[in-house]
Amino acid sequence: MLTLEGVEIALGDFRLSADTDFPAGGVTALMGASGSGKSTLLSAIAGFLAPERGRIRIDGTDVTGMAPGERPLSILFQDQNLFPHLDLARNVGLGLRPDLRLDAGERARRDAVLDRVGLAGMGARLPRDLSGGQQSRAALARALLRRRPWLLLDEAFSALGPALRGEMLDLLAATARDDGLSVLMVTHDPQDARRIADLIALVADGALTAPAPTAATFADPPPALRAYLGK
Amino acid sequence: MLGVALGAALIVPLLAVAWRAEGWGGLRASDWGALRFTLWQAGASAGLSVLLAVPVARALARRRFAGRGAVVLMLGAPFILPVIVAVLGLVAVFGRSGWLAALGIETDIYGPHGVILAHVFFNMPLAVRLILQGWSAVPAERMRLAASLGFGPGDTLRLLEIPMLRAVVPGVFLVIFLICTTSFAVALALGGGPRSTTIELAIYQAFRFDFDLGRAALLAAMQLAIGLGAALATLRVALPSGFGAGLDRPMTRWDAGGWLRWQDAGAIVLACAFLLTPMLAVLAEGVLFVTVLPASVWWAALRSLVIAVIAAIATAALTLPMALAVARGRGWVEVVGMLAVTASPLVLGVGLYVVLLPVTNPVTLALPVTAAVNVVLSVPFALRALVPAMRDLDADYGRLSAALGIAGWSWLRLVALPRLRRPLGYAMGLAAALAAGDLGVIALFARPGDATLPLALYQLMGSYRLGEAKAAALILVALSLGLFWLFERGARDADA
Repeated sequence: MLTLEGVEIALGDFRLSADTDFPAGGVTALMGASGSGKSTLLSAIAGFLAPERGRIRIDGTDVTGMAPGERPLSILFQDQNLFPHLDLARNVGLGLRPDLRLDAGERARRDAVLDRVGLAGMGARLPRDLSGGQQSRAALARALLRRRPWLLLDEAFSALGPALRGEMLDLLAATARDDGLSVLMVTHDPQDARRIADLIALVADGALTAPAPTAATFADPPPALRAYLGK
Repeated sequence: MLGVALGAALIVPLLAVAWRAEGWGGLRASDWGALRFTLWQAGASAGLSVLLAVPVARALARRRFAGRGAVVLMLGAPFILPVIVAVLGLVAVFGRSGWLAALGIETDIYGPHGVILAHVFFNMPLAVRLILQGWSAVPAERMRLAASLGFGPGDTLRLLEIPMLRAVVPGVFLVIFLICTTSFAVALALGGGPRSTTIELAIYQAFRFDFDLGRAALLAAMQLAIGLGAALATLRVALPSGFGAGLDRPMTRWDAGGWLRWQDAGAIVLACAFLLTPMLAVLAEGVLFVTVLPASVWWAALRSLVIAVIAAIATAALTLPMALAVARGRGWVEVVGMLAVTASPLVLGVGLYVVLLPVTNPVTLALPVTAAVNVVLSVPFALRALVPAMRDLDADYGRLSAALGIAGWSWLRLVALPRLRRPLGYAMGLAAALAAGDLGVIALFARPGDATLPLALYQLMGSYRLGEAKAAALILVALSLGLFWLFERGARDADA
């Protein structure tokens, strides 16, 4: 369970309060208009932004003051997920050890994960020699390798075309389910949420609503979602 | 932390200088003369450099020709050329038995005009590069509009170029003025009489010949005041930013045919001749004497090489964390780094001498002190190269590094060094070249046994062994430019 306890975030004039639980397991989509603060909230959970007050707990542990790399989570950004000067094997290997001194067993695990996301044999390539979809797969592979219980996605696949994005979301949902990861994804596209999210939480008017089942939410949208969808 | 260390390295010697300086009564009339000469020659050198640079920059801005890139590159070379080598070259051309004298033109290079000539040799190219940046910054659309309205060269000059120059030239003048106030090696070699002693040279003489540490410290305080004054003045003027960006493409102009073509060609040819002839005079003759150089010169070369490499590594170790601190928003670190611009080698040298005196015999530390002073002097240039690159690195990959927990040595090895190779190579090359060619602190401290190559060269000049001096100059140029090239080019190739 990921718990936001009276969290208040302030960025200049912008304020956002969040006080809710995200249950572990499955996929939760965080939706809202652009500028509503959904990415800001994700930044606070990941540790890039200190909330003004309140606590953030993950599976019972208070992570509020923890460094981003120590929190029990991985995050995929919209872009810049890979270091352009490191080859694929090393970019992915960073998920095992940030100093990249991998032993034989770790190298085998890395190659197995590359195989699992469909990048077998591409370890020696640089990111610039990969397609956008392949770059996303590499970032996902690294997150899987890190084995942190939560996976955060900040509009991670929004630069991909619709078909490729659907494919990536399916791969993500399947691998997360197999590994027992809990996923919290920020998206502006209702299609993404419909496709893989079990729950939806809305960020609107400076506040976060509690997550509710996807199907029910779309069947009878609350006013904020209705306004966003334009129905 | 390192910013504090650098601040201490800068400020402790300066405090020591202030502590030893006892009342203005300790100064002689000749010291006030040195103050007047320092300001006067700096003004004259800066003025002449800018005046001569404008037609050259204008010609480079509006002409395309084969070798234009080489000319622009050559204009950057004097910055890392050892001062004493250039002085030797100017003596070979303008001296009493130089090339001009051989053509029957009566010349004498020793004295105030020699000092100014050498300063123009060094700073005119810098002025050309900075002013050329101003020209490159005039938007192409503006030039197209001028052409469509039928502007002649005079109209373009009045309506576009003079306003640009008015914005750019004061900053260029001030930068060169500041550089010339700290002139030591040029004044040591070409000046020195009552009419041409700079404060830096007066510090050296008070220290070395009169053993008057109190007066040396007073003079150092005076030098420091000038540096601070000039630095404060630069805050009020828009300074030209950095070196190199955007010089590679000439602008398209439609108004500069006819006799202007000849004027531009003349400006470029004259500037190149002025810069290349002295180098040719030194290096061509130096080749003949390389084999007869005494072993002591080769040992001096080895010492210079070691100092240069140590200075390069220390500069990197010092400025990388400083640049990171600046990128993360600690701006005061940058201010401390830029303060080093106002410090002059001899002021730092005297200060370090005063600091070290109670602990040990400072003279035994001549070589480490030379390396240390050159590191401090390289910091502003290194920061100028590193800070923007570090800002980009932090903006693009700071969150990714944090999310993956990459920190400390792993971050340095896997992220910072590969991404910052180019600016770091440039900074290290610059520090190495400056340290290898430095004739400042070493002249103050050195015992006969531990001369560096520039000092050995100066001593050869002093005993009129000009052939061997030229050979030593050849080695020194190879060492300085070679180290710069190795660091800079090496970093670039590894990037590919």
